[in-house]
Amino acid sequence: MYHYNDFDAAFVAERNRQFRAQVERRIDGSLTEDEFKPLRLMNGLYLQLHAYMLRVAIPYGSLDAAKLRQLAYLAERFDKGYGHFTTRTNIQYNWPTLSDVPDMLDALAEVEMHAIQTSGNTIRNVTSDHFAGAAADEIEDPRPVAELIRQWSTDHPEFQFLPRKFKIAVIASDTDRAVMKSHDVGLRIVERDGERGFEVWIGGGMGRTPMVAKRLRDFLPRADLLPYLEAILATYNRIGRRDNKYKARVKITVHENGLDEIRAQVEDEFPRRRAVFGGEDQALLAEITGAFAPPAFKTSDPAPYFAARDADPVFRAWSDTNVTPHRAPGYGSVTISLKAHGATPGDASADQMRLVADLGETYGHNDIRATHAQNLVLPHVPLADIPAVHAALKTLGLATGNIGLASDIIACPGMDYCALATARSIPVAQGIATRLEELKIEHEVGHLQIKISGCINACGHHHVGHIGILGLDRAGVENYQITLGGDPSETTAIGTRTGPGFAYDEIVPAIERLIFAYLGLRQSEEETFLEAFNRIGMAPFKAALYDAEARAYAAE
Amino acid sequence: MSRDFTPKVITANALIEGDVIYFTADNAWTRHLCEAEVLTDEADADLRLLQAQAQPHLTVGVYLADVAPGATGPEPTHFREDFRRKGPSNLFHGKQADGLAHVQARAGD
Repeated sequence: MYHYNDFDAAFVAERNRQFRAQVERRIDGSLTEDEFKPLRLMNGLYLQLHAYMLRVAIPYGSLDAAKLRQLAYLAERFDKGYGHFTTRTNIQYNWPTLSDVPDMLDALAEVEMHAIQTSGNTIRNVTSDHFAGAAADEIEDPRPVAELIRQWSTDHPEFQFLPRKFKIAVIASDTDRAVMKSHDVGLRIVERDGERGFEVWIGGGMGRTPMVAKRLRDFLPRADLLPYLEAILATYNRIGRRDNKYKARVKITVHENGLDEIRAQVEDEFPRRRAVFGGEDQALLAEITGAFAPPAFKTSDPAPYFAARDADPVFRAWSDTNVTPHRAPGYGSVTISLKAHGATPGDASADQMRLVADLGETYGHNDIRATHAQNLVLPHVPLADIPAVHAALKTLGLATGNIGLASDIIACPGMDYCALATARSIPVAQGIATRLEELKIEHEVGHLQIKISGCINACGHHHVGHIGILGLDRAGVENYQITLGGDPSETTAIGTRTGPGFAYDEIVPAIERLIFAYLGLRQSEEETFLEAFNRIGMAPFKAALYDAEARAYAAE
Repeated sequence: MSRDFTPKVITANALIEGDVIYFTADNAWTRHLCEAEVLTDEADADLRLLQAQAQPHLTVGVYLADVAPGATGPEPTHFREDFRRKGPSNLFHGKQADGLAHVQARAGD
């Protein structure tokens, strides 16, 4: 875990002091809302449907017990006792008052956290693999590079007023657990001829014009990372469209100019940028890398883990889905589901956060992660301790064994909270998960990712859901479009629309029909929903969705 | 041909709490839609909107929202305004909880 140096601490304290004064001036009338709005957004403060919302960055999803306990304290002291983990591995507080926010930011600074650049047309929170440092298939821990990018991009004077927001993800394995190709820039750490560097992807994104990122560079030497990123950002800053908000993301810049032209302009800019980097960044990266040194893994006998699996079918089922193999022998990574059937995806109460903090501290080398799929992870737990972790999780409703299954749904806040939303998402997720639990079929169904967005901006990643659901306002009524065949993994794909949308009270039965259709169509239990869809195409799923509906009408 | 003017209320979010508020006939702000002033004349609505916007130290984002007359006062015509009046549907927070306290306080009067 990286710890703030004096510079980081002084910078955050100064920003907090400035924002406190800005809030005071807004309240005493010296600043109008038009003047204040960009200032509050720079500090992660939105005004939503029912209240202000403070979005706090969790850089590359990494937490420790002290940080998570402080997030719990904020939830209890300044909110309604809970927080909401998002698809950008941020945490959102839904109910703060304007006058409390400066105190919240000071409380965050105590544990080296902030809300800077969680909004606005800036470089947003850098995301990474939630199993970083633990995954068996990674070539190195990608978080030091993510931290370097965080430091470089925070308050970077040239990139505070980009045409639009800019999101970066860093991974270090073939398997993509961070939706890397749906980012404005995606970086994959690779090795070529014994040298480490980056594969650079550009122009991925969701929103109203979903695009899969394109490969800008096959291999970027390690030391060239920041100047190359500067060349990309400078090019985008210069030619990105500012005349139309919907065409302002870099994916459109790449699409309209063509990848070759973008590459030519970036490569043209690169030498000028490279010349001013004298190696300080690499010295800093070396220092940062030291802070992410792997914990001292213990050798312990995993027998209790296997004994618990044999003795307790509930534990066995949970560990089948929620425990992932670890690179260190005798260890596992535990994913803690924030998707109990019927609960709000991504919500955690203060008590739940404190329990996870305790477990991370006691059993998990004090390392905790937030995932883009709105769950929490204890990346390093000795297998022998996992039964105790599971028993503790059960006490606060955190032992749902559904990671990667159909009820492990990503859902944006939707119109229950968000001012931009066109329909609700949370109750749809609750409805689907509750129905799956009634039917007791999700283990039979297997791996299935359902993702729900409450508007075209696609915070709920619906475009890359195996089943995607998009909530819209059709003539003053909530209406839900379905897409199929999206894929958030390294074989990224954008889903295809099935046809007309469904009303609020029809969407859960429609998803149920899709799931039963899949069970009837799959070749074997091993063939996943996505594999079945890719093999047989849209037609039978469409028939399940719409023919059944037609039959129901005919029967009336 | 201009469309008929549909009844409206003036609504915003409160500056400090951020919650939904409505403009009343006596130039104050209320947390309850049923207490809002209903505007049925377009010219009057435009004028009242300007008057409501003249209190930027209390409000953010003042606008006109469609309503329909109901038994206990104006009712929202769009589901977004209905959620703003009530609060989120996943948790009993916001107006629905505050409103309960409001009704209980009134009953105690």
